[in-house]
Amino acid sequence: MSELSHARASRSSAPEGDKRPLPASLRRNAPLVPVDSAGGQALAAVIAILTFLAALCAGGAELVASSSTQWRSDIAREVTIQIRPNPQRSIEDDVARAVALARQTPGVEETQAFSKAESERLLEPWLGTGLDFNDLPVPRLIVLKLQAEAKPDFTKLRQALRDQIPGASLDDHALWVSRLSTMANTIIGVGVILVALVLLAAGLAVTFATRGAMAGNREVVDVLHFVGASDDFIAREFQRRFFKLGLRGSMVGAGAALAMTVTLGFVTRSWRASPAGDQLEALFGSFSIGWRGYAVVILIALAVALITGIVSRLTVRRFLNGNG
Amino acid sequence: MEAFYDNEFAEDAPPVVHFENVGVRYGMGPEVLRDLTFSIEPHSFQFLTGPSGAGKTTLLRLILLAVRPTRGLISLFGEDVSGISKNALTDVRRRMGVVFQDFRLLDHLTTYENVALPLRVQGKEEASYRAEVVELLRWVGLGDRMHVLPPVLSGGEKQRAAIARALIVRPDLLLADEPTGNVDPSLARRLLRLFIELNRLGTSVVIATHDFSLMDQLDVRRLVLGDGRLHIDE
Repeated sequence: MSELSHARASRSSAPEGDKRPLPASLRRNAPLVPVDSAGGQALAAVIAILTFLAALCAGGAELVASSSTQWRSDIAREVTIQIRPNPQRSIEDDVARAVALARQTPGVEETQAFSKAESERLLEPWLGTGLDFNDLPVPRLIVLKLQAEAKPDFTKLRQALRDQIPGASLDDHALWVSRLSTMANTIIGVGVILVALVLLAAGLAVTFATRGAMAGNREVVDVLHFVGASDDFIAREFQRRFFKLGLRGSMVGAGAALAMTVTLGFVTRSWRASPAGDQLEALFGSFSIGWRGYAVVILIALAVALITGIVSRLTVRRFLNGNG
Repeated sequence: MEAFYDNEFAEDAPPVVHFENVGVRYGMGPEVLRDLTFSIEPHSFQFLTGPSGAGKTTLLRLILLAVRPTRGLISLFGEDVSGISKNALTDVRRRMGVVFQDFRLLDHLTTYENVALPLRVQGKEEASYRAEVVELLRWVGLGDRMHVLPPVLSGGEKQRAAIARALIVRPDLLLADEPTGNVDPSLARRLLRLFIELNRLGTSVVIATHDFSLMDQLDVRRLVLGDGRLHIDE
């Protein structure tokens, strides 16, 4: 029997030592294209930083979105009647009448009329204490709390106030809510644009890194071609490697962003009793992004990894097509 | 020409390689190979020889389509390859086995992984080829070196690994560039017997060498390159 066919058929006649069963796999699952070089590690670091920034932008936008929703719902659930003093009229009677009119309006859950002393106390932060307010025409306020989900029509109440109580005005904060919405939407829009820019930057970084890896592995790519690998196979190999690299980097970046958010949440909670903490909480509510925020950060990390894989594949295909 | 494989259908099959007035030049330089007209028949065995720098490697690269001719026609397995698509080129290369002069083993893969590479890129499951790869590695004397990375292998071991990688797919055409250049005469004879055996199993073999002692062991066709032209000694 000839040597090669003997070799190929020698499983039955091999020495005893060769008959031992082979392990399930002799491969180490080593990647065919080695991209875990220093350049690969640098790319993973860049992706981690970009993901961290994107996650912070998205988390910030989410924080503003949830806080503004809370602000708007709080403000929209309150309506204020202001009654300016009129020397010809009893302001107490006007307040009582305005409260009565407000209570007749459907959707109004509760009315709270500020007394003269309470109204004067509201001015203390601006005018200071120890002032005699008797000479000042301090307006009186009535706060109407609305039922949840109620959208009362205040046209009739506004008209009644105008007819029956000169100097009374109703403020439903529509202008303020509108400005708040515009501001919040602008911040959210800027956050989304920043996330998109960061993802674009990640894509560009991957493009350059892939081209570098292709040039650095030219020998490997040539050998793969000569042993019968198709362009698509080679592109898939690069995609697999870069996806793993991107996933590693993006998970590190997203993890750091989440850790920072949690830490800031702890810090702001520990400051809650202080004036600065109260101001922060007034602005941002509790410094926590909620499950939607966490989901957005994880989605960004996955998106970055996917972009890394897809961009590397497309770059390899273009590189191979451009190089014959 | 002596073919070791006796196949009654061989004469009907188109040539594995056919060159018609092929010339090649690099850039604006002179033609390094010119007016090459020859065929490599199915199941044939030939040496490609000539002095160093005569263009043996370039001719092998032309057959591999790693270099495109500047003129002339090349057919591989009966198909004109002048406008070959990428997919068709991949299919053609899967029918060839190549032993490079500089081995071209991938340094980050073990000997086993390097030899199994042609099967892996075809998408085959490892279970379907594991035993065969191990067997071939044992036969070329690398059974105990299969988990070693190429930088640790000696020149001869690298050469045997490169040969095993070319043989593992049982190609229709084997191109070997100085395949015995780094091994001792005894192993060279053994490797030559391996090529002969492969030829008996149906593979056309082209061995580029300038080792006359190797060529003298076989009375087969010699393709002799000199001054950019090809002369055939039948």
